[in-house]
Amino acid sequence: MKGHTLSTQRLGALLRHFVLIIFSIGALAPVYLMVSGAFKSQDEFLRNPWSFPTAPHFGAFKSALSDQLGRWFLNSMFLTVTAVGITVAIGALAAWGLVHWPFRGRGTVLGITVSLMVVPPVVLLIPLFQMGARLGWISTFRIVVLIYVGLMLPFSVYLLANFFRTIPPSILEAASIDGASAWRTFRSIVLPLSGPPVVTLFVVNLLWVWNELLLALVFLQSDSKKTLMVGITGFQSRYSLDIPTVMAGMSIATLPLVLTYLFGQRYFIQGLTSGGVKGE
Amino acid sequence: MPVATTASASTVATKPRSKRKRDTSWGFLPWVAPAAVTILFVFGYSLYQLFTQSLQYQGTWAGLDNFKIVLSDPLFRTAIAHNALLLLVVPILLALAMSLAILLFETRRGLRGYRATLFFPYILPIPVVGVVFGQLLQFHGALNKVFGAVGLGGLASDWLGDPSRALWTMAAIIVWKEVGFGIILFLARLISLPTEVFEAARLDGAGFFRTHLRITIPMLRPLIFFYIVNEAIVMVSWVFNYVYVMTNGQGGPGTSTVVSELYIYRAAFQDQHPELAAAASVLLFAATLILVVGFFRLQRGEGTFGE
Repeated sequence: MKGHTLSTQRLGALLRHFVLIIFSIGALAPVYLMVSGAFKSQDEFLRNPWSFPTAPHFGAFKSALSDQLGRWFLNSMFLTVTAVGITVAIGALAAWGLVHWPFRGRGTVLGITVSLMVVPPVVLLIPLFQMGARLGWISTFRIVVLIYVGLMLPFSVYLLANFFRTIPPSILEAASIDGASAWRTFRSIVLPLSGPPVVTLFVVNLLWVWNELLLALVFLQSDSKKTLMVGITGFQSRYSLDIPTVMAGMSIATLPLVLTYLFGQRYFIQGLTSGGVKGE
Repeated sequence: MPVATTASASTVATKPRSKRKRDTSWGFLPWVAPAAVTILFVFGYSLYQLFTQSLQYQGTWAGLDNFKIVLSDPLFRTAIAHNALLLLVVPILLALAMSLAILLFETRRGLRGYRATLFFPYILPIPVVGVVFGQLLQFHGALNKVFGAVGLGGLASDWLGDPSRALWTMAAIIVWKEVGFGIILFLARLISLPTEVFEAARLDGAGFFRTHLRITIPMLRPLIFFYIVNEAIVMVSWVFNYVYVMTNGQGGPGTSTVVSELYIYRAAFQDQHPELAAAASVLLFAATLILVVGFFRLQRGEGTFGE
């Protein structure tokens, strides 16, 4: 009896690992193709795209970087840091405002904020573009930052408000008895406690801004303002005969995300499961 | 970006902080103002403008004419049909994500590694995914080479260039990238479930399939609803990036991969018909709203999430 159940258990475990390994290979194979392709020569790639680059070439990275890739990379960095920074700052203020001062209709305000998360950006595209054109802000970073901040705020306020509510009231009461102002309570008690959700927000929003394509495509048309995502989308047609360079460009565009992912995996998972987020 | 949430908004608001002082009820205004102004500008102003514009033609009242034109446009109908076909991917995504989450839940050794690997495609930028798969799926590309090597050369095809396959190829790529999100969503919930239930089932001698069909899946029901609606919204209104990147903004070959978002984009920026684009946007917005309202209905019937 015992031996029987043990062996079925082992068989089950083997099967489980087999299935998981197959799917893991499926998940990573295209990534392998990209990274290994960047280190090969065109001939090598065409002969066998799956082969391991035994004699790695670095020329592809050089030619990818000698294009405007560096410029686009910096543009994306700037946009991401600015937009995410502003979002987290004013999102935290708003969340604290909503949690600290209960007022009539607060539930409605939060409800509307949450439901804004589902509005597809493409729906807002036309009016925002006309607005930008009227202001003369097309191909400026400020309009894109403004829109990104607006689109990220609903989720950010929601996540932080939920977290602030879990801070034990006794701590806050002690502060208010000591005569601390709302600002002081926020700065010296609430914020120091909010490390994990703030990091989560940074990571999740960073992923979104870095990967955003539609708005960047429409609003940042001049070559010097392009983001990395818009740039590499055109990259392929320009280097269609030079696969290694394309793959090198793609690898460079992915690297910051991989680094963020490796260091912040926990926060990714927390952020995405605490309030389902879509990364497009 | 963010779609719906697993916890309902009302749970945030219904527990009042009882003993807090309520000196000035307007004290929240300066705190909330910067965010409120930004949100009103980006969402409020835009949605108002959008609705106004969809009812006008070059500044004058046009009633529902724009909607009539859009709805009778064969290209728009094709686009809607493609979004509808993409909805068929949702059950596949659900089945895959849930099965893999359950497999991971049963696995102790290597759990973290598998989870990190299976989630990895989700963080990749869609332009990168599009370009790499574009190479991989060419007629002389890497996938067909694999088929050839294992003796299935007959399966080889120009996956994205054949109009009868392009949409399904795209659907498969969406599944490849999206499934990781579902896996970590279900896995996080599974881990938070009380372990006694599973132990009791095991003591009763219930096997793998029985345990999960009878116990796990019913306990995941609310989350399953959430996931279905979430992914349905993705298929209806968040697939622009895939199509744009993989078809150079054309929705080709022919019109085989045109979706509603691409229709809007092209009407607005290539054909210079912002009114038609606005009308199509209103329709897309309405479709998304219907999905969300349907979700909240279901949710109310099922009780809330996240406890």
